Amino acid sequence: MSDAKKFMYINRKAPYGTIYAWESLEVVLIGAAFDQEVSLAFVDDGVYQLMKGQDTSEVGIKNFSPTYSALGDYDVNKIYIEKESLEARGLTLDDLQHLVWEDEDEDWAEKDSIRVVTSAELAELFDTQDIVLSF
Amino acid sequence: MSILHTVNKSTYERDTLEACVRLAAKGGSVLLIEDGVYSAMSGGNKSSVIENAKGDLSFYVLGPDIKARGLSEDRLIDGIKVIDYKGFVELTVSNDTVSAWL
Repeated sequence: MSDAKKFMYINRKAPYGTIYAWESLEVVLIGAAFDQEVSLAFVDDGVYQLMKGQDTSEVGIKNFSPTYSALGDYDVNKIYIEKESLEARGLTLDDLQHLVWEDEDEDWAEKDSIRVVTSAELAELFDTQDIVLSF
Repeated sequence: MSILHTVNKSTYERDTLEACVRLAAKGGSVLLIEDGVYSAMSGGNKSSVIENAKGDLSFYVLGPDIKARGLSEDRLIDGIKVIDYKGFVELTVSNDTVSAWL
């Protein structure tokens, strides 16, 4: 492997109430153009960013949630959701968008991008990163 | 005197709703707006904040904000009323004052 670095983006804010979620997504998409190893973690209120069925037509804010489904096309396919954060909010994986990517090495087989992990597993993942950016 | 309290923060991130509920006089109204609407969902470990207070306070949630966030009206805590912007205006004029908790 060349000089690609492992980037982890931590998302901890709900969408719309603040600009963090949208800013993070923009940075992720920009970063993805530089062929780095990117992964995303959604913890605390950040898990709300991936809720299905968002419709902002009555609040006058751009609905950026469909953009998450484009991440797979940018080779951003390691998306970790903290189990404890989902459970604390009464949510399950079914409440979130189904994000997938196509594996070039396996005849473009469609694979899930989202992995639900425990806090302990996430802590280990953080520990292997070169750069961690928090939003 | 009647007060309309508005709360725009998620109770999973801030203690704003807890402070509001603690300090709001019995008979008051609490309207959840923006990220405050997450607090209106049942089944979470902070749902008890509203469950415990709904006997003393009337709770409302702004419909366009729950829709924006992909939340379902079916999963709101029992007793919370969904209102639209017109309802927000009506609540504002029917109370003596509005207190916006940040």
